[in-house]
Amino acid sequence: MNVKVTTIRTAAEAALIERFPALKAGLPGPAAPREQAFATFMASGLPNRRVEAWKYTDLRAAMREAAPLAPKPDAAQTTVALKGNSPLAGQGAVTLSFVNGYHVGTEGTVPSGVTIVPLAEALGSGHPLLARMGTLALAQGDTALALNTAFMTDGAVIHVAAGAEVDGPIALTFVTAGPSAIATAARVLMVVEAGAKVLLVESHEGQGKLAHQTNTAVEIIAGDGADVQHVRLGLNSEGAVALSTLTADLGAATSLTSVNVALTGAMVRHQVYARFSGGDARAQINGATLLQGQQHADSTLVVEHAAEPGGESRELFRTIIDDEASGVFQGKIIVQPHAQKTDGRMASNAVLLSQGAAMYNKPELEIFADDVACAHGATCGALDDELLFYLMSRGISKAEAEALMIESFVGAAIDDIAHEAIRDVLHGLVQEWLKVRAARINAGAGV
Amino acid sequence: MLEINNLHVKIAGEDKVILRSLTLKVAKGEVAAIMGPNGSGKSTLSYVIAGKPDYEVMDGEVLLDGVNILEMAPDERAAAGLFLAFQYPMEIPGVATMTFLKAAMNAQRKQRGQAELTTPEFIKRVNAAADLLGIPKDMLRRPLNVGFSGGEKKRMEILQMTLLEPKMSVMDETDSGLDIDALKIVAEGVNARRDPEHAFLVITHYQRLLDYIKPDTVHVMSRGRIVKTGGPELALELEANGYRDYQSAA
Amino acid sequence: MSRWRSLPEPTWARVSYPQIDFQDIYYYAAPKMNGAPKSLDEVDPAILDAYKKLGIPLREQEILAGVEPQNRVAVDAVFDSVSVVTTFRAELAKAGVIFCSISDALQEHPELVRKYIGSVVPVTDNYYATLNSAVFTDGSFVYIPKGVRCPMELSTYFRINEKNTGQFERTLIIAEEGSYVSYLEGCTAPQRDENQLHAAVVELVTMDDAEIKYSTVQNWYPGDANGRGGIYNFVTKRGDCRGKNSKISWTQVETGSAITWKYPSVILRGEGSRGEFYSIAVSNGMQQVDSGTKMIHLGKNTTSRIISKGISAGRSQNTYRGLVSAHRKATNARNFTNCDSLLIGNQCGAHTVPYIESKTSTATFEHEATTSKISEDQLFYCMQRGLTAEESTALIVNGFVKDVLQQLPMEFAVEAQKLISISLEGSVG
Ligand SMILES: Nc1ncnc2c1ncn2[C@@H]1O[C@H](COP(=O)(O)OP(=O)(O)OP(=O)(O)O)[C@@H](O)[C@H]1O
Ligand SMILES: [Mg+2]
Repeated sequence: MNVKVTTIRTAAEAALIERFPALKAGLPGPAAPREQAFATFMASGLPNRRVEAWKYTDLRAAMREAAPLAPKPDAAQTTVALKGNSPLAGQGAVTLSFVNGYHVGTEGTVPSGVTIVPLAEALGSGHPLLARMGTLALAQGDTALALNTAFMTDGAVIHVAAGAEVDGPIALTFVTAGPSAIATAARVLMVVEAGAKVLLVESHEGQGKLAHQTNTAVEIIAGDGADVQHVRLGLNSEGAVALSTLTADLGAATSLTSVNVALTGAMVRHQVYARFSGGDARAQINGATLLQGQQHADSTLVVEHAAEPGGESRELFRTIIDDEASGVFQGKIIVQPHAQKTDGRMASNAVLLSQGAAMYNKPELEIFADDVACAHGATCGALDDELLFYLMSRGISKAEAEALMIESFVGAAIDDIAHEAIRDVLHGLVQEWLKVRAARINAGAGV
Repeated sequence: MLEINNLHVKIAGEDKVILRSLTLKVAKGEVAAIMGPNGSGKSTLSYVIAGKPDYEVMDGEVLLDGVNILEMAPDERAAAGLFLAFQYPMEIPGVATMTFLKAAMNAQRKQRGQAELTTPEFIKRVNAAADLLGIPKDMLRRPLNVGFSGGEKKRMEILQMTLLEPKMSVMDETDSGLDIDALKIVAEGVNARRDPEHAFLVITHYQRLLDYIKPDTVHVMSRGRIVKTGGPELALELEANGYRDYQSAA
Repeated sequence: MSRWRSLPEPTWARVSYPQIDFQDIYYYAAPKMNGAPKSLDEVDPAILDAYKKLGIPLREQEILAGVEPQNRVAVDAVFDSVSVVTTFRAELAKAGVIFCSISDALQEHPELVRKYIGSVVPVTDNYYATLNSAVFTDGSFVYIPKGVRCPMELSTYFRINEKNTGQFERTLIIAEEGSYVSYLEGCTAPQRDENQLHAAVVELVTMDDAEIKYSTVQNWYPGDANGRGGIYNFVTKRGDCRGKNSKISWTQVETGSAITWKYPSVILRGEGSRGEFYSIAVSNGMQQVDSGTKMIHLGKNTTSRIISKGISAGRSQNTYRGLVSAHRKATNARNFTNCDSLLIGNQCGAHTVPYIESKTSTATFEHEATTSKISEDQLFYCMQRGLTAEESTALIVNGFVKDVLQQLPMEFAVEAQKLISISLEGSVG
């Protein structure tokens, strides 16, 4: 009775299929994992509205054409690309710079207990940790991640030794630049051994209006008792279609804090797959997103509690949407039958600043164990009128009052970052965003 | 009436031992008081007597009229005449107090082979008891204990005690949170039921309650065991000196 | 019919069922009687007995027994898709209310039926609605004229009786300007080994200031302990608040059926209109429930409220799936959703899948959901007062669903409460 639908490939899909055989020969490391990943993509094609996980973000429509995979930049291109100052510059104890998906330099000193090998080199030499890459079953079948695996050019393999209390953040800066739109695919694997403590910071930057297609993935594998902090900043080029995936495999009694701040890019999607593989782990996963113009941003999250005691997960996603922009939150908490005592709480709150803004919330609970306490909440609406009035009655201008409210609203998602200087930088970026907005309103452009 | 011998109790699934070699007797017609510092295990004792599943009895026995009740489910113990007035009464959203009272009274009657109460008879009894305890009628229509003040919850416990007519009542800090008038009412409630067939185990921190309910015996509990037993004068002594002398004795 | 054959079976709900062989299910089964009975007295007493056993000794039985109840309920009984009897017709007619089978309505008021049928749920809406449109045989028709408050509750019984029957009835209720009607639907089916299909369509239309309150108590046969037999309940229910300040309220107590798959929805078209959905869904044994609602805000100042209480026990799966959406022009739309799940036992599942879509900044949507197990402390407290574990559970569950029970007409609330206890039997201890 079911009708078999014959798939018609889009121009972008056809281009990817056509280019892959030649590209894979030139990319580092064994071809088999790339081929396998590409087969996953072939089976599904570029995800579109009919695919439940992409219901609100139609990648097929956003990617009319497949931009060519960027070649390794030469020295001159690198210099130009790195000329702009990264807001997080100088924050890392060690900073690895990537241009168009290729490692171009390392500054600072690698803290003791940490080893970092650029991915291209690791793939070439068959680094033993690569055996753990792509092992999180929860993320298997994800098209964005599969495309990253198929095309990954470079990145890093980071190892943190057992018990190491890493001094200072490990920073990764990814810059996308070039005279025309390009595609990039960087990949990071970080294995944190038992009891170690580390902070990883990634910053994604792109200049101009070009429609770069970036696809990055960070995999974190945390051993028992590890404490991992993760910060991601998305400052893509204005026209960018930016996909990013974070996977986290959490051992017993680990602690993970991950905060994603998304500011620019035409269509951005950040995905998190976190699995509580060991008992009694804790995760705090946050997102702070500020959108304007025609931007579209999607935060998609799957948290799986798979061990007993099921641990504690907290998710806080705050979205500000101005103009005609649209925001998406899709979050799913899964509690497996044996993951008793899971305590999961997820909240997505969105504030719509203009009549044309839109927000799509899909918070899900999928629960197969009985001794749990799980909850989700989702709200969307305008800024609280009464609070606004209260502030204005104290003599604060409307724009300033709004800015204050917005800042504290999204700030809540940023405040879980323990590193003070980095937290301040991110708060500063939010303030900057608000200043630009205020200037736009004052100039009458916001009418 | 109630006899506890060499009771050892720990938290189920953990190693934490709370009661150690606890021995205690309450005779028919007796009113016994237990006093003891915070965290000494008084509530734990009351829960174990009533059969709360969070605890594991490692050793010892609890006899009610000579029958070991440790193997019995909480509702069977209740039917056998045991009542516990909780230190922190539970809130049950959505369940009207009246509905709850009727369900409890009839469940116990059923277990004892008595006929269910007719609705008029039930209402008559509840109203009489509520009037006595100064519980307004509209409180009986609200969901059980939900949004009740601390004192109101305690009164509701006493209302249930009155209606269920237990022979052995354990009252865990029923006096805390009560105003003076309510305290007197509670004491009157106990005193009215004081006869050779009923016994009370009253857990309290304050001499004041014992001014109204004169105990026959006072036990001092510290670190999970009874460390001293005496007459009403013991309570006065504690009031004056505190638990200092008993902390080390345990 | 041919349209239906070409539609793929939907696959999005969290239910698993062996694909139904639609050739195997009779599209239409008239009750095995010599003509339609003149009254329910002619109906097999075994069926009446089954009502009692299944826990719906509703007031209709009093009517059958000749007792004149205090609050009268007009009943339209649909047995195996054929409307067999409608009571109080004359009296309703005095008030101008039309309450009859669709087949009668087509004869007597063809213009009304044609004007509205299929206007809320189009033929092509979904797989099961299409199937219904193709094969529906009968159902109930209600028309409340302008300004009339229906003098009594209206009620329909749906019964699936025949072996291997699919029941495909259709209900259409129209409330003209300023009118009000409360409608109750009760559903039962005797036990059978084979799965039976129920694919009904219900359409509601309210004009300016009109209100329809639609309540369902469904305890169709859920199948045996191993999930054999039972009803597949795939129903399309939708209300259209066409007029200003009109209101549609769905209340459902779902305890039966092997698989339930229904999303009573409201299209909030008229300015200031209001939609409500109150649901209790209890699943035990091998039951699968996938239910929820859709609140589509199109008009200005429209409001909606969703209260869903799911209880899963045994090896059942219970899913809330709902959509709240505000379109660009739905300024000042408001929604509040509360959806709680209670788990009893460690082999069942509770799932929550809400879609919340806002396309206007002036809309305010609030959604909260919780899942937890029944509180051990509350259980202990009740048991200390002498209630058995089962009685304590029933009591706490009834408290949990209270907000929804209150939405039902009083007598039905009492029956629903009993039903819930019955369907949870054997889930504790
Ligand atoms: N379920 C539990 N899990 C962990 N610890 C517990 C539990 N129940 C009791 N305890 C601990 O056991 C000890 C005794 O507690 P209990 O409540 O019996 O004291 P108490 O004498 O009633 O104190 P108070 O006078 O403050 O009411 C305390 O240290 C308490 O923290
Ligand atoms: Mg205590």
